[in-house]
Amino acid sequence: MADSPTDKLAQHSLAVPIIGPGHDYASVTDKISHIVLSRKPPKWWILGFAAAFALVMLLLYSITYLFAVGVGIWGIQIPVGWGFAIINFVWWIGIGHAGTLISAILLLLRQQWRTSINRFAEAMTLFAVACAGIFPLIHMGRPWLAYWLFPYPDTMKMWPNFRSPLVWDAFAVSTYATVSALFWFIGLLPDLATLRDRSKNRAAKIIYGFLAMGWRGSAVHWYRHETASLLLAGLATPLVLSVHTIVSLDFAFSIVPGWHATIFPPYFVAGAIYAGFAMVLTLSIPVRKLFGLEDFITMRHLDNMGKVMLAAGLIVGYGYMMEAFSAYYSGNPYERFMIMNRMGGPYAAVYWFLVACNIVTPQFLWSRKVRANVGALFTIAMVVNVGMWLERFIIVVTSLHRDFLPSSWGMYYPTRWDFATFFGTIGLFVALLFLFIRFLPLISIFEMRALVNEEDKKAAD
Amino acid sequence: MATENKNGGRPDVDIATLRHSAREGNTPRFWRGLDELAGTPEFRDHAENEFPHGANDPNATLDRRELLKVMAASAAFAGLTGCTKLPTQTIVPYVREPEQIIPGKPLFYATAVTLGGVATGVLVESHMSRPTKVEGNPDHPGSLGASDSFAQASILGLYDPDRSRAEVHDGRIGSWPEFQTELTAALAAAKITGGSGLRLLTQTITSASLAAQIRKFLKAFPSAKWHQYESVGRDNVREGARIAFGEYVNAVYRLNRVEVVLTLDSDFLTSGPGSVRYAREFAAKRRVDGAESIMNRLYAVECTPTNTGAMADHRLRMRASEIESFARALAREIGVSAAAGPGSSSSAPAEWIAAVARDLKQHAGASLIVAGDQQPPVVHALAHAINQKLGNFDKTVYFTQPIEESPIHQWESMGELAADIRAGKVTTILILGGNPAYDAPVDLGLRELLPKVKFSARLGMHEDETSVLCHWHIPQAHSLESWGDARAYDGTITVMQPLIAPLYEGKSEHDFLAALNGQAEKPSHDIVREFWLAQKTGIPRFDAFWEKTLRDGVMAGTAFPAKQVSLKLGIGEQPPAARPQGLEIVFRPDPTIWDGRFANNGWLQELPKPLTKLTWDNVAMLSPKMAQRLGLKSEDAIELKYEGRTIVAPAWVMPGHADESVTVFLGYGRTRAGNVGSSAGFDAGWIRPYATPWIGAGLEIRKTHQKWALAATQTHNSMEGRDLVRVATLDEYHKNPKFAQADVVKNPLSLYPEVKYEGYSWGMAVDLNACTGCGSCVVACQAENNIAVVGKKEVMIGREMHWIRIDRYFEGDLDDPKTYHEPVVCMHCEDAPCEVVCPVMATVHSPEGLNEMIYNRCVGTRYCSNNCPYKVRRFNFRLYSDWDTPSLFGMRNPNVSVRSRGVMEKCSYCVQRINAVKIEAEKQDRSVRDGEIVTACQQSCPSEAIVFGNINDPNSRVSKMKAKNLNYSLLEELNTRPRTTYQARLRNPNPEIEKAAAV
Repeated sequence: MADSPTDKLAQHSLAVPIIGPGHDYASVTDKISHIVLSRKPPKWWILGFAAAFALVMLLLYSITYLFAVGVGIWGIQIPVGWGFAIINFVWWIGIGHAGTLISAILLLLRQQWRTSINRFAEAMTLFAVACAGIFPLIHMGRPWLAYWLFPYPDTMKMWPNFRSPLVWDAFAVSTYATVSALFWFIGLLPDLATLRDRSKNRAAKIIYGFLAMGWRGSAVHWYRHETASLLLAGLATPLVLSVHTIVSLDFAFSIVPGWHATIFPPYFVAGAIYAGFAMVLTLSIPVRKLFGLEDFITMRHLDNMGKVMLAAGLIVGYGYMMEAFSAYYSGNPYERFMIMNRMGGPYAAVYWFLVACNIVTPQFLWSRKVRANVGALFTIAMVVNVGMWLERFIIVVTSLHRDFLPSSWGMYYPTRWDFATFFGTIGLFVALLFLFIRFLPLISIFEMRALVNEEDKKAAD
Repeated sequence: MATENKNGGRPDVDIATLRHSAREGNTPRFWRGLDELAGTPEFRDHAENEFPHGANDPNATLDRRELLKVMAASAAFAGLTGCTKLPTQTIVPYVREPEQIIPGKPLFYATAVTLGGVATGVLVESHMSRPTKVEGNPDHPGSLGASDSFAQASILGLYDPDRSRAEVHDGRIGSWPEFQTELTAALAAAKITGGSGLRLLTQTITSASLAAQIRKFLKAFPSAKWHQYESVGRDNVREGARIAFGEYVNAVYRLNRVEVVLTLDSDFLTSGPGSVRYAREFAAKRRVDGAESIMNRLYAVECTPTNTGAMADHRLRMRASEIESFARALAREIGVSAAAGPGSSSSAPAEWIAAVARDLKQHAGASLIVAGDQQPPVVHALAHAINQKLGNFDKTVYFTQPIEESPIHQWESMGELAADIRAGKVTTILILGGNPAYDAPVDLGLRELLPKVKFSARLGMHEDETSVLCHWHIPQAHSLESWGDARAYDGTITVMQPLIAPLYEGKSEHDFLAALNGQAEKPSHDIVREFWLAQKTGIPRFDAFWEKTLRDGVMAGTAFPAKQVSLKLGIGEQPPAARPQGLEIVFRPDPTIWDGRFANNGWLQELPKPLTKLTWDNVAMLSPKMAQRLGLKSEDAIELKYEGRTIVAPAWVMPGHADESVTVFLGYGRTRAGNVGSSAGFDAGWIRPYATPWIGAGLEIRKTHQKWALAATQTHNSMEGRDLVRVATLDEYHKNPKFAQADVVKNPLSLYPEVKYEGYSWGMAVDLNACTGCGSCVVACQAENNIAVVGKKEVMIGREMHWIRIDRYFEGDLDDPKTYHEPVVCMHCEDAPCEVVCPVMATVHSPEGLNEMIYNRCVGTRYCSNNCPYKVRRFNFRLYSDWDTPSLFGMRNPNVSVRSRGVMEKCSYCVQRINAVKIEAEKQDRSVRDGEIVTACQQSCPSEAIVFGNINDPNSRVSKMKAKNLNYSLLEELNTRPRTTYQARLRNPNPEIEKAAAV
C-alpha cells in the first residue's frame, strides 16, 4: 500500500488501490448486497426510474406508431435510405463493446482492477445490445418478416443471401447478444446465491434461489464456474473484434463513397471501445457517488479507463485522418468530393463538432490532473458519447446524401419520431440499468471478496 | 368566388378573404399553400355549408397533406359517398362468350384525346372493358405512335374520384329530367325573342358533328350567340395569320425537311398542335450515324426557358416583349421590309442576327421560323413573311384552312360575353366545359357576373369554380366515355369512341346539345354517326367505312389539303408602338397542368416540370441576376403587383431566364379542383387582365418575409464536373468520333466468370440527342406500372416514386447555361450493386439479364437503394398506393402488382410487356422479333429517344445503337456494366456565333 502523502505521483499511479482500505469479506458482502436487499429504494432511484420508464413508454409509443404507419414517419428518403435507426444501432453496439472488453479480455489478461467494474460493464453491454438490437428490426420496411434474414428450414426453400453483410450482421449481433447474456449470467451465479442466502423476503428468496440454480459454493461448483467463465471469456474476446468489424462491413461492403473503405473494421472497433469506455465512465461516476462505492470503484479505475479512452480516441483520430488521406490519395473524384463535402458541405458543422468532441476533447486526458478530476472525466466522457454518435451520423448521412449523380442528391432531416425512438432507447437503457442496480449486485461480490483476500495477503507480505 | 350569399347559409369567410389574408401577410411565416391558411374553423364551416349534399367535395374538411400521404393517385374517399359506380361486374360466367373479350387479354381501341380542341390519336388499352392505358396511335399523323404527357394522364382523369357524380341544382342534387324540364322552360321563354338573351360558351371546337349541332341550335335561336374561350388559346397565332394573309389559316410544319429552324419564344417541340409529330421529325434530323452525318440546327430566342430552348444549338435569352424587335431586325436582315423596333440593338447583338440570317438564307427552302403562341400577332405575321422570303412556303411550312370549326378571337369573344352580361342582355347561359369563373380575364369580373344570369347551366367534369356560380351543374362524360370527333393539327379527323360507359352517368357535349335541340333521347353515337353518314354520301358502303374509321382511329383522307395563301404586303412596316416601361411580366401555361384543367390530376401534378423539376406548385420565375438585384432567393414568397392586383407567389431563380422579366405560370391556385388540385400553387390569373393576356409591363415586386416551400425532385443542377451527360459539337465529333468512349473500361475486372446469356438478353439505349425532356415517358411509366402519387410533402422530403426520371443539368454560365436532359431508368447492371447487398435475395438477375425486384420477398432494408449509384430505386416509405378508392381499382394495370408499404420498387423494363410478347412468340413457335417489345417509356416518347430490345441479336435496333461510337454507360468507371446506355449529345453550333462567343 503506497499511501505516502509526499508521493504525489503515486496518488494516481498503479499504486492506488483497487479496493479501499479496511474491507473484509463481511463488509464487502454487506456493502454490496445491502443495495439490493434494502427494503426501500432511495428517492433518487424512484425518480430516475420514473423518468427512464416514461422514456420507455415513449419508445413503445413511437414503435407502435412506426408499425402502424411505416418507416415514412422518419426522415429517411432517397438517397438517404438509412438514418437515425442505423446510426443508433451502430452507436449502441459500440457502447456494448467496452463491457465485453473489460469482462473478457481483461479477465484473460488477469487485470484485477477490472473486478469492481466488470459486472456493471457487462450489464451495460447487455442493455446496450438490447437497445441496438431493436433498430435493425424496426428500421425494416416490413419488420414482421425480419426472420427471413436467418437461414431456417422453410416451405419457400429460400435461404438468405449469404453475400449480404446484413445477414452477417444478423448472425454477429445475435451471437454477441447470446454470449454476453450467458457470460453475465454465469458471472452472477455465486452472487445470486449470496442474495438468496441473505434476503429475508420470501419472494426474493424464491426468485434468487431459482436464478442461483442450486449454487452451493462447493469446490466443484467453483471449479466449473471458473472454467466456464474462462471459456466464455475466450469466446467473447474475438467478438469484441468481430461484431463491430461486421457492423463496419455493412458500410465498407457497399460502393458508396465514404463507406467503401478498407480502414473501416479497425476504425470501427477502436471507435466502439472508445464509445464503450466513455459510457462506462458516464455510468460509473454517478453510481459510485450515489451508492458510496468510492472504495470499490476507486480513482485507479477511473484513471485507467481515462487512459484506455485516450488511446482509443487517438486510434479513432488516426482513422479520421486516414479516411481523408486515402480519399485524397485514391485520386477517385467521388471519394475526394465526399471528404470535401463532409468538411465543407451542408453537414460541415456536424463534422467539425464531431472532430472537436472526439479528437480535441480527449487530449485533456493526457493530463493526470484531469484524469484525477471526477467532474472533468465525466464531462469528457459525455462529450465523447455525443461525438461518437455524431461520427455515425456523419458516416451514414453525409456519405449517402451526395453520392454519384448530383441529380439525386438530397438532404436528410430527422423528424420528431427519429428523436423519440432514439431517446426512447436511452430511456430503455437507463431503466434496465436502474432495475439492475436495484435487483442485482452491481459489483461482483465474490470477486471482490477474492480481491480482499489478495489485498490482505499483500498487506501481510 | 362570389362573396354574395347564394345558398342562404354561407358564412362570411370565403376563399377570396383567405386569399386576401394571404396577400396582406398576416399569415404564418411558412405556409405551403392556401390549405394551411384555410385550416380555420370558419373555413371548415364554410366548406361544409357550401356543399350540403356532400356528393362532390368531401375533402374540404380534411387536411389535404395528411390525405396525400396515403393515397395512390388522386386522393379521395369515393367509397364514402355511395355514389361510385364501377363498371358493371359480371358475377356469373357468360352464357355466350363475347367475341374478343378474353380475360387477361387486353384489347386496344383507337380514339383521340384533345387539348384545346386539337386531337392526338391514341390507342387505349382495355382490360375486360376497363381502359387502363393510353398509347399513341401509329396511324395518326399527330401521334405517329407517341403521345404527350397530357394524353398519358387522361386515364387518371377518367377515373378521378373527384369527378362530379350528380346533377346539382342550386346546391342540391338535381336530376337530368328535372334539368331538361327547366331548360325547356328557359328555351321556350328565349324563343320569343329569338334567343337574344341566350349565350352558349364552349371551348375551342374542332368537332364537325358538334359544330353542326351548335349551328342547328343557333338556327333555332338566331339571336343567340356562341362564344368560345380558352384561357390558353391561340388567338395570337390566328390573328398573326390574319395580318399576314387576311384570313385565318392553319400553319403546318414539315420539320423533316428543315435544316435550320429558328423559334421566336416558341416551344414547338413539346407544346401546341402537332408537337408530338414535330419532336419526332426534329429528332430524326439530328440523328447522327457516321462521321459524315449532318444535323439540323436550332436557334431559340426566348424569354422563359423551355424544352425547345434546351434543345437549341444556340439560345438567345431575351425579354418576351423584345422579341418583336428581334423579329423585325431579323426580317430586315433577311430582306423583308419592316420598321425597326425599339431597343433591338441593345438586347440582340447585331452580329448574332446577321449570322442567323446568313445561315437561314443559306438554307432557303429548308429553314423555318416558328413564333410562339404567346408572342403578339405581328411577330407571327413577320415569321410568315420571313418564311415566305426564304422560300419555305410549301416546303417546310404549308397552310390549310383552320382546323377550328369557327375560328374567332376568343379573348374578345369572352370580353363581349362579359360586357353583355354586365349590360343585362344575357338571360340564359349554357357553359360547355372550360372553367371561365377560374380562368377568364380577372378584370372582366365573370365571378361576379355569372350569378346575375337568370338561368345558367354548366356541363363540367368537376363541380368546380364555375359550377358553383351556375344554377345547374351537369356532370360531363370524359372523352373516353363518349362519342365524338376531333381534328388533328393537320385537319385529320378521328372519330372518338367510348371505352367505357360513363362512370357517373355524365353527359357528353353532344348529349347536351342534343337536349338543347330537343333530341335529348338520341344517343350520341347516333348523332355522330348520322352526321358523318350525311357527310359521306358518296361512299358506297358506309358501314365498312365507319368500321375502318373507328378501327384505324383516323378518317382516311381528311387531312386538309395545302391551301394557297398570299402574303399581304408591308406587314411589318408600321412602326411598333413604344414598348411600355417597367418590369416585364409573362404569363405562360403550366408545363404539366396547362391552364388548370389538369389540376386535379395527381400524375401531372407530380410530374416534375421539365426545366425546374418542381412539382405541385407554380412559381414566379426570374433570372439569377434579377434575383440578386432584388435580394431574392428561390422559395421566397414575393408579392406581385400588376395592374392594381396583388398576389403572393413563390420566387424561383431560373438560370437562363431573361433579365428584368418575371414569368408566372397559369393553372394553379384552383379553389375547387378537387382533393388533389385545390389550393396548390397560386392563381396567376388573378393578376392577368384583359388587356395583357401574355406579356405585360409595369410589374411591381415586393419582398415579403415569408417562405413558400416548394417540392423539387432535383435540387442540384450542376454535374460537378462528372461525365454524366457527354456532349460535343458536331465538329468535335467529326474530329474525334469516339469522344464519348474516352474512358471505356476495356476488360472489366471481376473475380467471377462472365455470365453467358442464351437466347434473349435485354437492353436499352437512350439517345440524349433526341430527348426533349418533355416528361411523357414519366407519366406513361406511372400509368403502365401502377406507380403511386405521394403528394407535395413527400416529394419535398425526396420520396417521389417515379421509375423513370429525367435529370436536368445546367452547364456553364449561371445566367445563360446550356441545359441537358437525361432520362434515367434502372440500368439493369450486369454486376448490380443492389443484388449483392440484399439480405433476402429480393432483387436478383434473371436469365435474360433483367435486374428483377421481388416485392413479396422484400423486407425493406433499403440497402439496395443506398448501394445503387444511379439512385433509381424507390421505396414505399408509407402506404402510398391507394388500396381504398374503388374508382381507382379499374385504372390499374392488372399485370403489375400494386405495391404495399415497406417494399422497394424500381424500373423492370416493363417485364410484363416482355413476357406478354414472349408468350405470344412461343405460341407461334418463333423468337421475339425486334421492335415487338415496346416499353411504356419507349412507346410514349415523341422523339424516339428510347430504344429497347435484345442485345444478343446484333441486328436489333438497340444493338446497333449500342454499337455506335456515341454510345456510353453512365458511371462506367464503377464497373457495374449497365444494360441501359446513352448516346452522347451533339450540338451543331453555327461556327460564326460560336467563335464570337469564344472571344
